[in-house]
Amino acid sequence: MISSQSPILIPMTFLFAAMLIPLVGAVNRAAAHLAAVLGSALALYFSVIGMQTTLAQGRISYHIAGWMPPIGIEFVLDPLSAFVCTLLCGVTFIVMVFGKRSVEYEIPQKEIAFYSLSMLLLGGLAGMVMTGDLFNLYVYLEIAALAGYALVAIGDKRAVVSAFRYLVMGTVGATFYLLGVALIFISTGTLNMADIAQLMPLVHDSPAVIVGLVLIVLGTALKMALFPMHAWLPDAYTHASTTATALIAPIGTKVSAYVLFRVLFFVVDPDHLRTEMLNLLQIIGYLGAAGIIWGSIMAICQSELKRMLAYSSVAQVGYIAVGIALASPLGFIGAILHALNHAVMKCCLFLVSGNMRLRLGHSSIPLMTNGLRKSMPWTSAAFTLAAISMIGLPPTAGFFGKWYLALGAIEQSHWIFLTALLISTILNVAYFFRVMERMYLKPQDPGGVDYSEQTIARSEAPASMLIPTLFLAISLLVLGFANAWIVTNLIVPMIPGWL
Amino acid sequence: MLEFIQGYYAYIFLATAFTIGLYGMMVKQNLMKKVLGMSIVAATTIMFWIVGAYKEGAGVTVLDPRYGVENPEMYLNPLPHTLMLTAIVVAVVTLGVALALLIGIYREYKTLDEPTLLERMK
Repeated sequence: MISSQSPILIPMTFLFAAMLIPLVGAVNRAAAHLAAVLGSALALYFSVIGMQTTLAQGRISYHIAGWMPPIGIEFVLDPLSAFVCTLLCGVTFIVMVFGKRSVEYEIPQKEIAFYSLSMLLLGGLAGMVMTGDLFNLYVYLEIAALAGYALVAIGDKRAVVSAFRYLVMGTVGATFYLLGVALIFISTGTLNMADIAQLMPLVHDSPAVIVGLVLIVLGTALKMALFPMHAWLPDAYTHASTTATALIAPIGTKVSAYVLFRVLFFVVDPDHLRTEMLNLLQIIGYLGAAGIIWGSIMAICQSELKRMLAYSSVAQVGYIAVGIALASPLGFIGAILHALNHAVMKCCLFLVSGNMRLRLGHSSIPLMTNGLRKSMPWTSAAFTLAAISMIGLPPTAGFFGKWYLALGAIEQSHWIFLTALLISTILNVAYFFRVMERMYLKPQDPGGVDYSEQTIARSEAPASMLIPTLFLAISLLVLGFANAWIVTNLIVPMIPGWL
Repeated sequence: MLEFIQGYYAYIFLATAFTIGLYGMMVKQNLMKKVLGMSIVAATTIMFWIVGAYKEGAGVTVLDPRYGVENPEMYLNPLPHTLMLTAIVVAVVTLGVALALLIGIYREYKTLDEPTLLERMK
């Protein structure tokens, strides 16, 4: 019963929770957090059930209001969308558990709005993942985007300005997408993705379809912060509250990347993709490679931990773009695996910065000293593990995503992509070791206050924040060791047959 | 050149308006003007769908027994219009959020001019 309904149940759980939280919160403030945790736990449960069913029995399709596709709107749970959806729900559940103390500290009095908006954001993102209809995707994209603007705006003093910039860029992206959908609709007369995929071979020569696809790719690239359209991202992530960043950073850009996957590999005609569309793929790949280098270099220049991580996100989106551009099974596996790993690593790193903000009141890198190691040993350990994974040292998870991408690049002799991957690894070392060096080795200022062993109190973050952080850090090792299982059982079934 | 323009007046007008909107969003220094540009871009996209669905002489949207199925030129696809109702709602909501953010910015910094804003944010 649940399994056949799961495509619709997941977004609806989030949307229902978003409506319920203000009501519950009006009665009891503390219950708002509980409702958010329960809502995301329920959605996680549904998505795990959905994923099990999909892997066992294949695609689940849910027709809204009983209208058959292509007339009606279809919600689809196939291996790809089930995987992305489980990832979304898992990250959300962990961040919601983490959120209680961090939200109370960073944005007091705004908890109810925060939880309600984050559920709305997730409802939008889950809908984007699930829907099989291009226009429906636009609607969910805007739900997620509007909730995202509001979440980003609840932050420090500058958050409003960065939220405004995010809104302007996001709206341009969504408009390009809508315009692209219009051109495709005019040419094919349908909005259902599976139906368009069938009609595509008949119309792929039409300039309208080509322009439409380019506009869709452009709009999605803006949303996923592909270089050079990433300018909104660092500001938005830096000034938002840490919990909001930890929620948006790992999954927001990934879902846009998922849309790119969906459109390029499941809607566009495969023969067409290999021949005329190849230039578009190449451009996505080169922009991704440029983003990898540029994001990493900018990350080295930052003095604020959250901002550094935000630039690093720009670089990581580049890896996914490179994987898409390779258009081969290895590239596909690499991009999806990297999306999973990066979501876990980046979430963990942002949670660490939240722990630091709670205990130190800042997350500025030049102010860090080895006092941090003594006062917050577990948080520092989680940071180190996640940083090692970001750099990509085996056996942590980060290594394997890059490994598949590198193999894919070698297979097709894309030496530029390979060079970008290798250079970025070195740049990653540079910016993460800079933080780790301060965290573990830099002695405290001798001229200042005496911070000898006795005066440094152990002030580790509270358990509700520390456990999610450590859980993510440990799961990086687990994902690293289990990567062969993940690739064979979860990722290989989602590769389209023609690839 | 003339054949290229003929019959596509509406599209050319929309493309021009879209470009003007984009120009306003990218180049104008005043944040309010950026919002205006955003509004133009959104409206043009909606108009594009409507113009795309236009058909000379057609006015029937659902199967009507009086006309039957013999005259397909009488029928019009109503889907773009209904879809655009949703898109209009989305555009209005986006505009509302944008204006709310502008109010927030003005309360905080007492300006909507971008160079002055950047100066005051330091």
